Amino acid sequence: MKVSRRSFLGMGAALATALGFGRFLPAAAEQPAVTGKILGASAKIGHQLRGGTFPAISSTIQKDVVIVGGGIAGLGAGYRLKKAGHTNFALLELEHQAGGNASSGRNATSAYPWGAHYVPLLTDESRAPKKLFEELGIIKGHDDKGLPIYDEYFLCSDPHERLFIEGRWQDGMVPNLGLTEDDKRQYSAFFALTDSFKNKRGRDGKKIFAIPVDKSSQDPDWLKYDTLSMKDWMDAQGYTSKPLRWYVDYCCRDDYGSSFDQTSAWAGMHYFAARTGTAANAAPGGLVTWPEGNGFLAHRLMEPIKDNIIPSTLAFRVKQDGARVNVDYLDQKTSEAKRISAKSVIVATPQFIAARLLDDKAIPANDFSYAPWVVANVTLSKLPAGKGVDLAWDNMIYDSKLLGYVVATHQNTEMVPLRTVLTYYWPLNHAEPKAARAEALARSYEDWRDIFLKELYAVHPEVEGHVENLDVWIWGHAMVRPTPGFIWGAARRKAMAQKPPIFRAHSDLSGISIFEEAYTRGVDAAERTLKYHKIPYETEL
Amino acid sequence: MPSMLLISVIIIATCGLVYELIAGTAASYLLGDSVTQFSTVIGSYLFAMGIGSWLTKYIHRNLLGYFIRVEILVGAVGGCSAIVLFMLFEHVTSFRLVLYFIVGVIGVLVGIEIPLLLRILRDRFEFRDLVSRVLAFDYLGALFASVLFPLVLVPYLGLVKSSFMFGMLNVGVAIWLLYAVKEHVHALHVHKAVAIVTLIALTFGFIYSEKLMTIAENGIYSNVIFAESTPYQRIVITKTQKDLRLFLNGNLQFSSVDEYRYHEALVHPSMAALKDPKDILIIGGGDGLALREILKYPSVDHVTMVDLDPAMTLLFSKNELLTSLNNDSLLSPKLTIINKDAFVWLRDVSRQDKHPVFDAVFVDVPDPSNYSIGKMYSTTFFGQLKSVITDHSIVTVQSTSPLIARKTFWCVNNTMESVGFKTYPFHVYVPSFGEWGFVMASLGNYDMPDHFVDGLKFLNPESAKLMFSFPPDMSKVQTKIQRLDDQALVRYFDQEWGEYLVY
Repeated sequence: MKVSRRSFLGMGAALATALGFGRFLPAAAEQPAVTGKILGASAKIGHQLRGGTFPAISSTIQKDVVIVGGGIAGLGAGYRLKKAGHTNFALLELEHQAGGNASSGRNATSAYPWGAHYVPLLTDESRAPKKLFEELGIIKGHDDKGLPIYDEYFLCSDPHERLFIEGRWQDGMVPNLGLTEDDKRQYSAFFALTDSFKNKRGRDGKKIFAIPVDKSSQDPDWLKYDTLSMKDWMDAQGYTSKPLRWYVDYCCRDDYGSSFDQTSAWAGMHYFAARTGTAANAAPGGLVTWPEGNGFLAHRLMEPIKDNIIPSTLAFRVKQDGARVNVDYLDQKTSEAKRISAKSVIVATPQFIAARLLDDKAIPANDFSYAPWVVANVTLSKLPAGKGVDLAWDNMIYDSKLLGYVVATHQNTEMVPLRTVLTYYWPLNHAEPKAARAEALARSYEDWRDIFLKELYAVHPEVEGHVENLDVWIWGHAMVRPTPGFIWGAARRKAMAQKPPIFRAHSDLSGISIFEEAYTRGVDAAERTLKYHKIPYETEL
Repeated sequence: MPSMLLISVIIIATCGLVYELIAGTAASYLLGDSVTQFSTVIGSYLFAMGIGSWLTKYIHRNLLGYFIRVEILVGAVGGCSAIVLFMLFEHVTSFRLVLYFIVGVIGVLVGIEIPLLLRILRDRFEFRDLVSRVLAFDYLGALFASVLFPLVLVPYLGLVKSSFMFGMLNVGVAIWLLYAVKEHVHALHVHKAVAIVTLIALTFGFIYSEKLMTIAENGIYSNVIFAESTPYQRIVITKTQKDLRLFLNGNLQFSSVDEYRYHEALVHPSMAALKDPKDILIIGGGDGLALREILKYPSVDHVTMVDLDPAMTLLFSKNELLTSLNNDSLLSPKLTIINKDAFVWLRDVSRQDKHPVFDAVFVDVPDPSNYSIGKMYSTTFFGQLKSVITDHSIVTVQSTSPLIARKTFWCVNNTMESVGFKTYPFHVYVPSFGEWGFVMASLGNYDMPDHFVDGLKFLNPESAKLMFSFPPDMSKVQTKIQRLDDQALVRYFDQEWGEYLVY
């Protein structure tokens, strides 16, 4: 017989199968069951806002202020009012617990985040967040040079980041394996350029990229980049390096939930250039984090105002009535519709909710687009390992749809933690938000579980049999997307207009969904409220 | 039938080369100097193949039967070669003899294969065709093996599993022939049985290769008298004649021959300088050896030992060999053992309104070789420590070798200084460790004691004085500070020890 090329290749494949098969022989043991469920922003209840009918108002109470929405903006507003001694307010929250994107969970192993999970060292412009951090003891004081001293337990522990690439973990998140000379040249050019943006100021003397966003320079030479996509900008600049483009795209997905061709170049550059915060006891680029992520901040904001918060309520109408404002809501426990008549209202909801509550046709809700995300928390009775560098706080996977995972127990000072919770983040940017959202909501728990387990085991076969629980949270509208033209466009400007006695507060108004923006918007709305109520205060902005 | 035999040429050629590569790699792992190992292994292997080929002239009939027997033998010997090499490494006087013997046996058997096969196929092909095909497939198999080995076998299966698997393939070829061939093979059933038993044995070897490897690894520690994997670490104790050694995760913690130098240096410079030290804290030190030295001071009322692993403290308070080394120190009524994470314990204790205050603290934890242990050398940890001591208390921290890891050592010193300690670093020569360093620190001043307790083997005022002098090759250097958010110490350690230990 002549052995043809095909049969030879076939033999090779058979051998390879035999080899591959061998790997799985010892792992064929029985797997203990993985428990878990789907959690998530109450999509079904929220969707009643879309033309649902509500029962007649059964009761009315009076308040000075109503805050609608208990995310960071709403909590920040409540916290600020309380501090000013203005305590006759109610905060309406859709979920049974406030927190919004800073929601978190807790089990016997650890607390863990369901959304936002860190804050970079605060910039000089982030005045209100800085004041808060000092009040909460996150900033413990200042050194001789005036640099803030952060609580060392909150500064992200070393090692910060690692990247799974070519079957092993490398240190840091910028791919550094198998780079060509051209890649290296493009890397240094790109980082030199974005670093130079950090100190740059526009013709009006303001930083070109600031946090909060609205403290950025209005120099049109820089604002014009908002109309480009980050990908277009990289093309125009000649950044063709594949690992560099992957990295930039990753950063856009990580921070904005959208790929670099869906993200404004101004926003993309903002990510690299705006984080200029410094500390006496941390390197530039540092950050603070907690096991429960920004849930730590949400809880600290909630503590002093917990009696003002009315959870499990669906606000469905905010309407001016003479000098007062009526806020109508559905009490989800009793299914009764109730009314609060207030002197003023802070609408601290995303724009698509605000538009329905206020029935304001002037604000084009469709101009705001939202990235759907899926987050999974995986409880493990064994710490993941892997070839290469040690387990880090943020563990990224190269060329994956998922961003990777964050380790909830990372900030523990324990030498050998035996259990942990991993939080997997997945921005669903593979399709248009609407389609991706529908697809995500339609998927069963079992499907989600299997998808995440497959991702986990592909990188960490050693934890097979050690997964105890896997919960999934589907964020239909996780964060506003800074699509090209959005941040410096008309829709955001229009939405920002404050119309007393109704004030707006939400990071949607910034176009960038980060803690500093949301909290600053909350404080701003609270201070406007104080001014409107003629209560003296010293501004924190 | 002829085509089957040709296919088996590829398999046996792959197997043959894989055994050669396994032997070369295992020899490089165990003996070092990969150039020498690979050259000599390849040379002797090829030479043995030559012998094998030459031997085939003595085989006159029943060629197929011989071929099948050779296949089973190659499978058995080659399949077990890696694990045998690893297991015998520590137990034989001349490992090289074993190595070249195994290489020789496999070489001879592999050398028999091709000439025999040529003769088996002689009547089925024209000679021109036959030689060209058999040799072409032989070389093709060699290419396949040489690509497969570094890319798939070593990274995914490891040497031991690979060798078992290729042994299985060799035997598989034999079984295949036994069942497929209708020609006359003597004692067919015996052959079948032997082949299947061998295959089963190799399969078991493959499945349990990790267990076998653990046994082999234990051999590397010479005479293991105790081995236990706890959730926190792997504890191994070895004994050769008079020398008792403790290994944690493969790293030597002490050798009974010279540990007195280490523990006298750790304990007495501070204890002898203190006036009536009463409350003592030991962090780590679950072997009870530092405690043995501490208990030599009658003024001591109470010792708190915080060691993470209960298995350690239990072992060193029960095992007779070990309790005779630490003088039953762990059974002392003055001792309280707390099996908790020291950092977590310290943080909890210092938060209590009424917390203990210690006159002397000894931090005797493993070197900062990873980010987990590195936390125990951080500003945060040392800062916490300040809240459980007085201005007169003295803290002593074992701080790796100032000679091999100069920056690492001074980084510990500088980190303690940065949180407000005055430091008094010193070093001592411990033969099994090399030149070893400690950082002693206090919030107040330290005066060297003018006398030490009786019965010390190493320390007296003269030898103590020498310890505090650092020659130029170990003298103080500027370093970064070890912080939780930036563990410079771990990176220094990795770099400095990495350069020193040439694998």
